[in-house]
Amino acid sequence: MTIRPASDRALLVEFDRVISPAANAQVRSLTVALAGLRGILNLHPAFASVLVEFDPRLVAHDAVEALVRERAGASSEPDADDRLIEIAVRYGGDGGPDLEDVARHAGLAAEAVVKLHSSATYTVYFVGFATCFPYLGGLPEALATPRLSAPRKLVPAGSVAIGGSQAGVYPLASPGGWRLIGRTRLPLFDIHGEPPALLRMGDRVRFVPVKGPER
Amino acid sequence: MSRIRVIVPGLESSVQDLGRFGWAHFGVSASGAADPLALRAGNLLVGNAENAAGVEMTLVGAELEFESAAVIALTGSDFGSGLPLWTPVEIPPGGLIRCTATRGGARCYLCVRGGIQAPKIMGSASAHLMTGVGGGRLRKGDVLAIGDAAIRRPRKPASGFPSWSPTPTLRATAGPQAEWFGEELYRHAYRVSEESNRMGLRLRGPALTGLAAHMISEGVPLGAIQAPPDGQPIILFVEHQTTGGYPKPANVISADFWRLGQMRPRDEIRFERVTIDEALRFLQRQEEWLYSL
Repeated sequence: MTIRPASDRALLVEFDRVISPAANAQVRSLTVALAGLRGILNLHPAFASVLVEFDPRLVAHDAVEALVRERAGASSEPDADDRLIEIAVRYGGDGGPDLEDVARHAGLAAEAVVKLHSSATYTVYFVGFATCFPYLGGLPEALATPRLSAPRKLVPAGSVAIGGSQAGVYPLASPGGWRLIGRTRLPLFDIHGEPPALLRMGDRVRFVPVKGPER
Repeated sequence: MSRIRVIVPGLESSVQDLGRFGWAHFGVSASGAADPLALRAGNLLVGNAENAAGVEMTLVGAELEFESAAVIALTGSDFGSGLPLWTPVEIPPGGLIRCTATRGGARCYLCVRGGIQAPKIMGSASAHLMTGVGGGRLRKGDVLAIGDAAIRRPRKPASGFPSWSPTPTLRATAGPQAEWFGEELYRHAYRVSEESNRMGLRLRGPALTGLAAHMISEGVPLGAIQAPPDGQPIILFVEHQTTGGYPKPANVISADFWRLGQMRPRDEIRFERVTIDEALRFLQRQEEWLYSL
């Protein structure tokens, strides 16, 4: 674990410089351990690091660093509430305009892409970048597809996507360069929900194909 | 309950408090006032808690009609309303405040005694304009309720308030990948691009060159200076993404966040390197000024 200042009000705690389940488990554990502590304003977990933002008027860098060192070692027990979330997806069609491109890149039929994508179990590495956007690990290697060279100006909410070797779902309509293979109607973000995000770090996710026209 | 009617909304006006903290692990950045110092000062001047919601106006201000008598303070930049800035002002019933184009920096705040009463979404009344969380831009005909959140008497006019410049120097501490970069950032002037918004301030100038090393996405804070592959810096602003994969040579200091909120397209900025200890001393001085109000 390395800790260094990112700003006059943030420390970057890095467990690794590559994506690994072990480092991600440490990220998750530290994020849980630091939640709600005095002076901590925001926690930004990522693949292998946590950015800890704090109020420098209330706590100093060295105090936050000491807290991180104390809490990072305290517990690496996974949470008892490991969850499996199923996401119903209508693959292809208007909601999945890039399904054929992903199939071509993989040298597979579109049906085989759907079968592979919906047979894997994914893990939420972290939720970040944009509102409630889940970074999912566990995409079958055959489905890894480079991002679009020019991002779309508008990706509809619920788009199920592949970006390189990552899988994800766009919770809100936004610009985006990932390949869209289907769409879900399950809301990933509900401002009145507690919490507002459907998916949390550490959740396992499966995609379930649904047939028929979009309602 | 007393109300304010939006007669003309201006270019990009919205309700802002100091932001929505505690949700970055769900990808939600804080949003909040682009110039937090001006909002805090305005609130303190009218006798509110510093984090009460006010109206943020950008480049071209709003025309607002007050149903009943109110005490307001305009802070930040002069938007040509004819009213004194950084001063509590009594508005008569039916009074109209007419802001126009800025005569200074990018933002002007209207704080009203009692605060703007807006629903708190995830703990904050701030509009996050890029996602619509907490509301959006004010529109013609919108009605804002004035709350009863005043906590003390209005204060005397402020002195020594921050002075805006179209050629500001932003002080910055080393970013997490500072050692990847040379000195370009500190040697040259950069111009604020028209493509800037509340997510990011895009700069144009000599490209930042550095190690073309690959990094995986990591958390990014407010004020982070990112160097994308084209080397044109982007300063992450109040509605910034919560994680990013571009290296960061530097980070604007907290005491200069207000300057970010006042930067206009085409302004020319320079960066000055400071240590974290220096940055915290500048912040301390700024807080002392604020609490002297």
